[in-house]
Amino acid sequence: MQEIHDMIACEQCDAVFRKLSLANGEIARCTRCGAELDRNAQERRRHLLPLTIASLIIFVIANTFPIVKIELRGLVSDTTLMGAVLSLSTEGASLVALLVLATTILFPFMQMLILFYVLSSSTQPNTRSAFNILIRVMQVLRPWGMIEVFMLGVLVALIKLSSMATIIPGIALWAFCVLTVMLTVVVSFNPRYLWQLEAAEQKVR
Amino acid sequence: MTGITFKTASSLAMLRCHQCGKLWKDAREGERCQQCRATLHKRKPDSLNRTWALLITACMMYIPANILPVMVTSTLLETHQDTILSGIIFFWVSGEWGLAAVVFIASFLVPLLKLASLLILVISAQRQSEWRQQERAKLYRLLEIIGRWSMLDVFVVSLLVGLVQIQGLAQITAGVGIVAFGAVVVLTMLASLSFDPRLIWDTANAHNSSQSTLAKDGLNNSNVN
Repeated sequence: MQEIHDMIACEQCDAVFRKLSLANGEIARCTRCGAELDRNAQERRRHLLPLTIASLIIFVIANTFPIVKIELRGLVSDTTLMGAVLSLSTEGASLVALLVLATTILFPFMQMLILFYVLSSSTQPNTRSAFNILIRVMQVLRPWGMIEVFMLGVLVALIKLSSMATIIPGIALWAFCVLTVMLTVVVSFNPRYLWQLEAAEQKVR
Repeated sequence: MTGITFKTASSLAMLRCHQCGKLWKDAREGERCQQCRATLHKRKPDSLNRTWALLITACMMYIPANILPVMVTSTLLETHQDTILSGIIFFWVSGEWGLAAVVFIASFLVPLLKLASLLILVISAQRQSEWRQQERAKLYRLLEIIGRWSMLDVFVVSLLVGLVQIQGLAQITAGVGIVAFGAVVVLTMLASLSFDPRLIWDTANAHNSSQSTLAKDGLNNSNVN
């Protein structure tokens, strides 16, 4: 088994290309299928840690305060995201409750925590296997975090309700708006590049 | 295709690590990547069989997802059941055309197109067809991006269930249909994750021609932007 340094293969069509050295922000694309081959992610990585910390803080806010309050003939009702999950599970739709819990709370939270840990701690050789496992978990979770879809769902639900009740937006609604934008940036970073960046760092040392 | 033959990692006896992207020469199937310790495979194992199984299950779940009610609204006077389509029709007749379009696309069109495109991808890959390979590759990438958006209705229902719990006056509960609908979304996502897009390019023809051009010098060139 022999390492190949100067070549790169396309993830989606297996074509092999000479590896180019890319300037900041440059992306190399496969000329056969058009998929992204490689990118210089150094700049992105520098912005990633502060963004992750900010996302974690806003995530906590978004989940502790009620998203929205409705008023119907003097009666008031409000819910947090967790509250919605809990009432789903007591209504007998526990599978759906689990799905919502996983895609909007658990997976995004785990992704942010892992990213925070990986970016903030320098990787020593003895933490190497933990680093491997954590990034693997992050890659598996990546397609399943759906905060932005949830955000659109909130908007649709509110318009649906607006004909029958008065709607008072809560703090968490704004927090979710901000979180959607920030997580889009954080999650669009492909964890695969962390390996390359780490390998490059070790060469320098 | 344009007639250019591309050298592939498999024709050069290399394996690409699916996790960190490193290329290894003379590595055996099932060996571990020395950079990230992931198991190396030439293609995703059992890709077509797994995709077929998930796809067929998703197609079966698609029927109850659209027939059964996803949401039950009980007010003082009446109990009202909503399916996915009746929710869209409600928006349409109440004049919210933009919203009706968004929900129609995300909850009805996207799942249907996903099932259809996955069928096209799996069947053409199985027949090792050379038909519109570039378009099929684009279709696969599109699937990966838009697939998640069909979760929209699951979130709408769960928020409404959490919010409208005013005892005696108005109460919304989840219907059985939403379980089936969630299952369709998860199954189609799993199906597109288990499909290996490299199978689009693994035609019998490509295999022969890359063998013959192997001796020629020079590698493929990539685009930079």
